[in-house]
Amino acid sequence: MDLHSYRRFKNRLALTVSMLAMGFGLVWLVWILATTIELGIAGINLHLFTQMTPPPGSSEGGLANAIYGSVMMVSIAVAIGTPVGMFAGIYLAEFGKHTWLGSTTRFVNDLLLSAPSIIVGLFIYELVVARMGNFSGIAGALSLSLIVIPVVIRTTENMLQLVPNAMREAAFALGAPKWVVIGRVTLKASLAGVMTGVMLAIARISGETAPLLFTALSNQFWSADLDKPMASLPVTIFKFAMSPYTDWQQLAWAGVFLITIGVLFLNIAARFLFRAKHKQ
Amino acid sequence: MSSFLGLNRHRVGDWVFFNLTRLFALITLLLLLGIIISLIHGAMPAIHKFGFSFLWTGDWNPPAEQFGALIPIYGTLATSVVALVIAVPVSFGIALFLTELAPPWLRRPLGIAVELLAGIPSIVYGMWGLLVFAPLFAKYVQPLLAATLGNVPLIGVLFSGSALGIGILSAGIILAVMTIPFIASVMRDVFEVTPAMLKESAYGLGSTTWEVVWNVVLPYTKVGVVGGVMLGLGRALGETMAVTFLIGNMNFFNGFSLFLPGNSIASALANEFAEAESPVYTASLIELGLILFLITLVVLTFSKMLLLRLSAQEGKGT
Repeated sequence: MDLHSYRRFKNRLALTVSMLAMGFGLVWLVWILATTIELGIAGINLHLFTQMTPPPGSSEGGLANAIYGSVMMVSIAVAIGTPVGMFAGIYLAEFGKHTWLGSTTRFVNDLLLSAPSIIVGLFIYELVVARMGNFSGIAGALSLSLIVIPVVIRTTENMLQLVPNAMREAAFALGAPKWVVIGRVTLKASLAGVMTGVMLAIARISGETAPLLFTALSNQFWSADLDKPMASLPVTIFKFAMSPYTDWQQLAWAGVFLITIGVLFLNIAARFLFRAKHKQ
Repeated sequence: MSSFLGLNRHRVGDWVFFNLTRLFALITLLLLLGIIISLIHGAMPAIHKFGFSFLWTGDWNPPAEQFGALIPIYGTLATSVVALVIAVPVSFGIALFLTELAPPWLRRPLGIAVELLAGIPSIVYGMWGLLVFAPLFAKYVQPLLAATLGNVPLIGVLFSGSALGIGILSAGIILAVMTIPFIASVMRDVFEVTPAMLKESAYGLGSTTWEVVWNVVLPYTKVGVVGGVMLGLGRALGETMAVTFLIGNMNFFNGFSLFLPGNSIASALANEFAEAESPVYTASLIELGLILFLITLVVLTFSKMLLLRLSAQEGKGT
């Protein structure tokens, strides 16, 4: 083989392998989604949303308390995490670009973004559960909110930086003070982007299990009391999937189906929202 | 007068707003310190009792209140190494495909598909891995590996033993699938910052696509590529649920075979923490968490610094 065809052969080989790598990545996505849909849809019925998690061996039962707990804790977490994240993000983009606090916080925030979520659970355990003396829904919500904050900070900062400086200058020229400029002009211009960040944060925490294991724990019964242990979809799935009972596993697949579809929908919707806004 | 008042009100507004945003930025910063301090505080009883020998003791025996971190540390590192060995070349292939090979109309949907892999919650990977992947893995893949790689000197020992489906190898494989999107998207992003002029010059000299990527793009972006790999490693080290389902949660060391079940720091926490009764048990688990947190912080800091170096280099212009 002469040098020319050797080089062409090597190129072909490398590109084929790269195509196979792409295929390798996609196969898992398709495979996981296919199983989830196939096994999950079988378990979807009205009982899922109206009945409580059953004891093993009973053919009845649903995930009502787990769904309620998840919705509750995710809502509280977003309600706490969004304003904190937005304010901190505003600081990073509008005030602290070149300050010591700004660059350090940006760095630390990137670390928090990728830090193991189970550590957040430990932290809230030490801070809240160990002091209150019992596991509680509010502790679960708090630990989820600590996962929301870095996501919202990152997107708020990035989105504010996309706003052209000419818009800020135009508002300043009209005599508006800085906080009005930020609130009425820059933040408004980047609202779609910030919403994208909140949606991605919701998607991220809806499936989070590790931080809830020793904060909210779980609850077999209906409980709306935030001071008591609270059920959640991910923890219930964990418990049911690890069990040897087929009816529990069936419920777990239905739960996995709900979470996966919800999370993927949020991920895709967030991208479309962002793109629609930035095409204008 | 009224205009003065208006100006004052604005000054106050500015002051309040500025300090409010600064306060929340400071809170985020303190969060990191708070986590470290609270973990050290929680781990104190174990630190006092076992000292530094905690790090290299392989004994994890709750009834005897004897704890050492070696087995979970080994499991954490072993699963992460397996994950990287698979994920790095695959991610490189995906990034190469997305930046150089795929037709432009296909790049976006494929990119999103890869990112969706990162969106799937880890509990889903875990349950799917345990109930769907592990049985197939034990039936078809493990015997095949034992019959082929298992006979190779030196690395053969890694692929020996009975095919259980669960264990360090299968946890590592699922972990690889979960880290691919992170590494691939960093690699894709850094590949895209390579100046077109550099690439075009190489193409102009008659290079093939592969030669351009290997001899021009990769050397130019190597700092960022390593940063991406480190980011993936940071993710893999702390991944909890998927590993908990698949690693087998065994606290004994039976040999170096990757077919064997083991335990990782995160899965030890997930399985045992809520049930730990004695204070020393709880403290030992918290110390495990502290070790995990410090390791991931070092890895992630390293990754971040490499990625920052690449963007600084980009700023200098070429």
